[in-house]
Amino acid sequence: MLEISNLSHTYGSGPSAHTALGGIDLSVAEGELVCIVGPSGCGKSTLLRSVAGLITPTGGRILLKGVPVNQTPDDLAVVFQDYSRSLFPWMSVADNVSLPLRRRGQDKRQRRESAMDALEQVGLADAAAKYPWQLSGGMQQRVSIARALAYRPSLLLMDEPFGSVDAQTREDLEDLTLRVRGHHNMTILLITHDIDESVYVGDRVVVLSKSPGGIAGDLRVGLPGPRDQITTREHPEFVRLRAEVGRLVRGMRSHPAAAS
Amino acid sequence: MISSVAGSRVLCGALGVAGLLAAAELAGRAGLVDPAVLPLASTILARTVELATDGEFLADVAATMQAWALGLLLTVAVTVPAGLALGSLPRVEAAVRPLIEFLRPIPSVALIPLAILLFPDRLDMKIAVIFYASCWPVLINTMYGLLEVDPVAKETLRSFGFGPLAVLWRVSLPSTAPFIATGVRLAAGVALILAISAELIGGGSSGIGTYVVEAGSSFDGLEYILAATVWAGMLGIVTNSLFIGAERRLFRWHTARAEGAR
Ligand SMILES: Nc1ncnc2c1ncn2[C@@H]1O[C@H](COP(=O)(O)OP(=O)(O)OP(=O)(O)O)[C@@H](O)[C@H]1O
Ligand SMILES: [Mg+2]
Repeated sequence: MLEISNLSHTYGSGPSAHTALGGIDLSVAEGELVCIVGPSGCGKSTLLRSVAGLITPTGGRILLKGVPVNQTPDDLAVVFQDYSRSLFPWMSVADNVSLPLRRRGQDKRQRRESAMDALEQVGLADAAAKYPWQLSGGMQQRVSIARALAYRPSLLLMDEPFGSVDAQTREDLEDLTLRVRGHHNMTILLITHDIDESVYVGDRVVVLSKSPGGIAGDLRVGLPGPRDQITTREHPEFVRLRAEVGRLVRGMRSHPAAAS
Repeated sequence: MISSVAGSRVLCGALGVAGLLAAAELAGRAGLVDPAVLPLASTILARTVELATDGEFLADVAATMQAWALGLLLTVAVTVPAGLALGSLPRVEAAVRPLIEFLRPIPSVALIPLAILLFPDRLDMKIAVIFYASCWPVLINTMYGLLEVDPVAKETLRSFGFGPLAVLWRVSLPSTAPFIATGVRLAAGVALILAISAELIGGGSSGIGTYVVEAGSSFDGLEYILAATVWAGMLGIVTNSLFIGAERRLFRWHTARAEGAR
């Protein structure tokens, strides 16, 4: 689905140049939910922006379904961390959600239906006629998730999507993400700085090392059954993985045996 | 709450005007001011009301407002696209910047004689002068507003595969619209001033300025000149408040968001 090979990116040039990514190799299979964690400034957003075609990386190659990414790919949606800036305040919630569907060649009625569908899924059908600034932060982030869902992308990129909502809303949005990816067969790349979150929602956790970012670890999450905010977090495997990811993020060598 | 604050502001303004008029009236009646220099406030007010029933004067008002509206329309039609183009193409902007910096400080009134030479038709002349004066606030506000467009909003649309023109049309233009509207409101005030100035200097068959010039040659002309001036001032206030009202209605999202961010 997604093949990233030897991806590197340097901002600027000359003495002020800053290498944000230093050679990333990553491949994501169809339908996988991969979480990317790493310390602040290690290049997580740079990686996501490269995959989305919003910036042209200075080195390496990205293949999406075998096609090199050089402009923004058609079959991809991004949920930005900054929901309040990523929603358009002059449009109603429903119009915000249906706007990208113009790219899908849907007519007005179809767009409206798809938008209402997506809003229903995130529990915001009642807010369709409101404006984004009339909603709470958590609701706004749900609108931007609905917008991405309505678009039916085969690859969904999320950049710290739950970073600025309260703990309860955050858990709700995590479960929402798990639920919707079950419905649509989407591949998801989710960036977070929250180690627990990465283990809770991910099929795989990829840890980036400090700047310039490289891959410090790639762990498969083998948790049994559907995830549950209480029981999953108590599971010994969850506890082990969380410690392991924490160690990797802090730049320590991984010692799976020592985690008990 | 907001409406009561606005209400008390209007009240304060009305009291101020009434106070000033009363003082002028008293000064005139007490013989402090020669009525040949400044007629009594009550006389001017009476003339102002009288003009409302004067068909010829109303035709003059219509002529001025016609030039005003056409000039403003031309300004918006030309300047908004030009501002959008300059704001999105930094190289072009850098190329025309010196020209703008040279032209902008030229007082528009000083260009009226030139406009009279270039445009034999008086309406064309007025529109040209209005255009020249009122294009600056619109141009500057459009370019400035474009700089303020949130890059995250643009990236959002881009990430869904929209091209640069779609981003300009669907994100940059709507988020710049409140700034453009403010520019147009400022331009509307400037346009009225220039319409009347052009009539004063350029003459022509009708207009508030023309009326004033003609009244100057009659016996009780001063009273009518001042009454016509009051009309011009009121036209300015009324059009300005219409623009403010329209901005409030259209760009509720802009003010509401700014209040939320505070
Ligand atoms: N436009 C830019 N120009 C120059 N340097 C940049 C730019 N964007 C990011 N950087 C630098 O590149 C590095 C990686 O940035 P990036 O935003 O990818 O980090 P991140 O992992 O997403 O961090 P965070 O968790 O804080 O969001 C940082 O050191 C940052 O200062
Ligand atoms: Mg980031």
